[in-house]
Amino acid sequence: MGRITFIEHNGREHVIEAETGQSLMQAAVDNNIPGIDADCGGACACGTCHVIVENGWLKATGDINADEQGMLGLTPEKAETSRLSCQIIVSDALDGMVVRLPEFQM
Amino acid sequence: MNRLRPLLEPVIRPALDKAAAIVPIHWQIKGAHTFQSLKKRAGMDRAIPVFRETPLPDVSTLKLSEIDVSNPFLYRQGLWQSYFKRLRDECPVHYQANSPFGPFWSVTRFEDIMFVDTRHDLFSAEPIISIGPQPEGLEIETFIAMDPPKHDVQRQAVQGVVAPKNLAQMESLIRQRTADVLDHLPENEPFDWVQRVSIELTSRMLATLFDFPFEQRHKLAYWSDVAAGAPESTGGSANTHEFFTAAADMAQHMSWLWREKEARLAAGEAPGFDLISLLLANEDTRDMIKRPMEFMGNMVLLIVGGNDTTRNSMTGGVLALHQFPDEFDKLRQKPELIPNMVSEIIRWQTPLAYMRRVAKEDVTLQGQTIKKGDKVVMWYASGNRDERAFDQDPDQFIVDRKNARKHLSFGFGVHRCMGNRLAEMQLRILWEEILKRFDRIEVLDEPGYVQSNFVRGYTKMTVKLTPHHDRPSS
Ligand code: HEM
Ligand code: FES
Repeated sequence: MGRITFIEHNGREHVIEAETGQSLMQAAVDNNIPGIDADCGGACACGTCHVIVENGWLKATGDINADEQGMLGLTPEKAETSRLSCQIIVSDALDGMVVRLPEFQM
Repeated sequence: MNRLRPLLEPVIRPALDKAAAIVPIHWQIKGAHTFQSLKKRAGMDRAIPVFRETPLPDVSTLKLSEIDVSNPFLYRQGLWQSYFKRLRDECPVHYQANSPFGPFWSVTRFEDIMFVDTRHDLFSAEPIISIGPQPEGLEIETFIAMDPPKHDVQRQAVQGVVAPKNLAQMESLIRQRTADVLDHLPENEPFDWVQRVSIELTSRMLATLFDFPFEQRHKLAYWSDVAAGAPESTGGSANTHEFFTAAADMAQHMSWLWREKEARLAAGEAPGFDLISLLLANEDTRDMIKRPMEFMGNMVLLIVGGNDTTRNSMTGGVLALHQFPDEFDKLRQKPELIPNMVSEIIRWQTPLAYMRRVAKEDVTLQGQTIKKGDKVVMWYASGNRDERAFDQDPDQFIVDRKNARKHLSFGFGVHRCMGNRLAEMQLRILWEEILKRFDRIEVLDEPGYVQSNFVRGYTKMTVKLTPHHDRPSS
């Protein structure tokens, strides 16, 4: 289990309890977080589950593979700590993490 | 007459190549046209297929090997659904050995299309994404048909044009223009929705994206139609002469526009947010005009990409709501469904039927071995109607469909449509403004359909509008 905070682009916060082993995208969708579209259903193929991880948490989210890197390159809103949430697996190590949502999903 | 080839090629080719750096692009295109005409007279040109429409057979009467979904009349004749259903059910990865475009594989199920689209390591988008080749002598370079890493560099240089900041700026302008077009439509009498609304709105949008002279905006729509309509590429109805003439005209106008922006920038003006200004502001693309086929490629990609597709979704949405009137009632009661409906329109219409790839190595899919070098066509139009991928009947148009965003119309993977949010925004605004004004849009006749195996679009659709009864009619 992990408590994770999503902050929408307009500043609105949502705190959810995410289950260990599921993807962060799935947790967000299950909890109706606005702004996670996940058009490809988690195949790392659409870039519409983009989140920007808050300071210090990036390492805990795990490695970024070449496919994810490639998809992130396509969004004009890519930031230093951008991730595709379908590629982050929830674990205890993420308890307390804060992620921000971009203005638009690409 | 093939004896002439060794004589002609060495003389003209290097001259053309050398000219590329100094001669205006439209002259080069005219030169290429002359060269093609010479080759044609000398019998050295590639044969261009000629398509004459005849009624297509019922798919149940055909052997699997006889099914050819590259036929450019399949959509117009309303047979595409039955043809693709047969392939999805009986032969989801299908080989057609003898089409007018040469042999090709068809991938028809949602999951398999997703596989091919996301595996750019196995399937290349080069040299082009139509079933057939580009017109000889005018092979443009465009990043929709490039593989990473070159693709990524080129796309990153232009994608800022659809960044949120730009989209937000465009929204009020688009709304204003949409309102203006809708306010001047005839009410309670027949007119052509394609001309008056779909073409008009998308041309205005394109003129904005390029900061193109507004009063000449119809050229953009015309160029786009011709560019997507070469018979050897997509089975379209444009002829070679028309194609070269339009390309030369477009090259000339776009070069002027480029030079003008360049001059303004040099004079110290702040760069605009139009596409050319963005290209000029980027180090990798600032000199693009010196690489004519790349320059033309980017212009064509943006003009075609942003035109036909959105235009035909604007028409398709009206047709869908006409064919499914209960859905129109639902929408009127719940206008907040518009964004969801926009995704549903784009799925239902699937404005581009497919993208083509070439296998980079042998790949086995659904028990079939696709050989290295084979052409592979991902039929989005079929995948979007794949019963296996949708909980609710995919042939139905459902404005509140669950997971409506999960469709193939924008593709997936590194080539995923760059203009998807812009297209959705244009359609959302159109429907918001329509609902404010009209109670009913009746489609009076069977619409006219484009001849193509690629563009799924309309040439004409006669409609009649009924304004809200509480709104004074104009
Ligand atoms: C409903 C409207 C539209 C549809 C259905 C559509 C469809 C597509 C499809 C299927 C692809 C290729 C995806 C793939 O290979 O996986 C694509 C790519 C592209 N589209 Fe769109 N498009 C639409 C609107 C637009 C607009 C408005 C623009 C203009 C800004 C645009 C610009 C592009 C560009 C530049 C690419 C190439 C992307 C790349 O290769 O990285 N499209 N589009
Ligand atoms: S859901 Fe599509 S990339 Fe994550």
